Amino acid sequence: MGTKRQFRIWRGDESGGDLQDYAVEVNEGEVVLDVIHRLQATDAPDLACRWNCKAGKCGSCSMEINGKPRLSCMTRMSTFEDDETVTVTPLRTFPVIRDLVTDVSFNYEKARETPAFAPPADVAPGEYRMQQVDVERSQEFRKCIECYLCQNVCHVIRDHEENKPAFSGPRFFIRAAELDMHPLDAKTDRKEYAQSEMGLGFCNITKCCTEVCPEHIKITDNGIIPMKERVVDRRYDPLVWLGSKIFRRGQVPQTSVTSEHHSGAGSAQSGVHSHAGGSHDARSEAQAQKGVNWHRQVPHPTAPPLDANGKLPLTELTFDKAAAPSPFGDDVTFPLPPEHLNFAHPQQDQPKH
Amino acid sequence: MTSTATRPRGTRARAAIAAKTLRTDRWWFAPLITVVGLSAWVIYATVRVFMHKWYWVEEFHYLTPFYSPCVTDRCVENSAHIGTFLPGWWIIPDAALTLPFLLLFRLTCYYYRKAYYRSFWLTPPACAVPDGHQAYSGETRFPLLGQNLHRYFFYAAAIISIINTYDAIYAFHSPKGFGFGLGNLILLANVVMLWAYTISCHSCRHIIGGRLKHFSKHPLRYRAWTFVSWLNVRHMQLAWITLGTLALTDFYVMAVAAHWFDDLRFIN
Repeated sequence: MGTKRQFRIWRGDESGGDLQDYAVEVNEGEVVLDVIHRLQATDAPDLACRWNCKAGKCGSCSMEINGKPRLSCMTRMSTFEDDETVTVTPLRTFPVIRDLVTDVSFNYEKARETPAFAPPADVAPGEYRMQQVDVERSQEFRKCIECYLCQNVCHVIRDHEENKPAFSGPRFFIRAAELDMHPLDAKTDRKEYAQSEMGLGFCNITKCCTEVCPEHIKITDNGIIPMKERVVDRRYDPLVWLGSKIFRRGQVPQTSVTSEHHSGAGSAQSGVHSHAGGSHDARSEAQAQKGVNWHRQVPHPTAPPLDANGKLPLTELTFDKAAAPSPFGDDVTFPLPPEHLNFAHPQQDQPKH
Repeated sequence: MTSTATRPRGTRARAAIAAKTLRTDRWWFAPLITVVGLSAWVIYATVRVFMHKWYWVEEFHYLTPFYSPCVTDRCVENSAHIGTFLPGWWIIPDAALTLPFLLLFRLTCYYYRKAYYRSFWLTPPACAVPDGHQAYSGETRFPLLGQNLHRYFFYAAAIISIINTYDAIYAFHSPKGFGFGLGNLILLANVVMLWAYTISCHSCRHIIGGRLKHFSKHPLRYRAWTFVSWLNVRHMQLAWITLGTLALTDFYVMAVAAHWFDDLRFIN
């Protein structure tokens, strides 16, 4: 037998809105998302809410419940008093689309700006060998479900919209840390990039990102602070510099990072190839028929179409297809023929020394 | 009710929510207790540092950590282990060689940064509560860029911990010979906690092994890193515990030196 509970839910869109009161039935064992669904089925059929898995693994139902950034599918009603009014609002840091749905494309832009894994030059796929002890630090960050609660709660952009262009946010700091700690990542300037391009210095380690993470990733202690310390290695610690000079060991030498990084989906760099699809070179194709040819040329990917603002049309409401465009390019279809399973090294176009 | 889908475009407005925060819990309690705790400690330490007395118990060789090493010409004989080369002006602390580094070590500590950014500087006072500033540049500019010097102060703090360890061991050898009492145990506990706090520092964790990419190639450093990581999880607790043990140790030495009560001796 359920009981009636009081809810206040923000209703509106970019032109304005306010908190509206609802009395809704709540049953034992339910979570906030269940109550929102009941509201949609009863009093508020036009209430907009983004959700998907109801298991805390898709990161879709992020919202603010009694002022705290939470996943609504993981917030049990039993954590509230029976006479407590539960206030539900959309994420504050991002532009609102409608009701509880916000436009989180800021995060996808920052994701595109974050340099990807760089495979080692002298190791072919299939030959990657890593010790568990070497990858387990990175694996913690792979738990991220991209709910963007950490991005939402970070006061650097939550309270200062003007910092958005210069600040990537905690989710992408742990992405940088994940790759910088990866035993096979060949990119050597992630620390400098994190400091100069991603705005690592804006973080004042007040740990709100860690507090709200539903996956309990120690974002600050295991990701951001180690990255800050790695920046210190390069920029501020002469003892480390001296040690690396004397013993010729440690990490790679100082490199410089410029602001010439690309953003946007269409900025395919020279020499970067699709990791899927067949080659246009007949000889390579013939060789591929005999077995896997790791080094054949493959065509450049076709970037998905962008809208008038130069962004991916990420909403299915307004896109002409049933879902988001393929990140592999529209020229690649699945399943791939087995003989086309391939890998091309990003630097394969560069002359060998 | 029919609704029209809105098309995302360009810069859009955030949800118009009037309340600055909708949190209903006691989010203000943690910053408040931090302000009270840190302020009380700073006031006590300041008073003690400029008191210039009751820091040395000749009978048992107790030296308070606030005066170690004692380096001004005002220092009591036997309390100065490395010489008295600074003038005894009242404004100069008797441990002028170490106190600035200890202060800077704690000031740039990753835990204390969180504590005072939240509680004193309100950036932000609590999660999802607006920070109290019009503009924010974080640690990208002077003077907060100097937080990156934490590692140097860690090196200094490690050296100072060695000095404190020497003091604690030296106190077992009083003019009557070997002996120990409650004061020795307090000095010893303080030193153990100081080491735990110093070693659990994030900079130490990085230097010990965090900066490596291949733990498998450095098994000893990896073991050390796992130990420091275990301590590092408790860095906040150790930060507060050491504030307590420092104040307690100092107070005990002060009380014994001022003859407010006698040291409880177990041997000799």
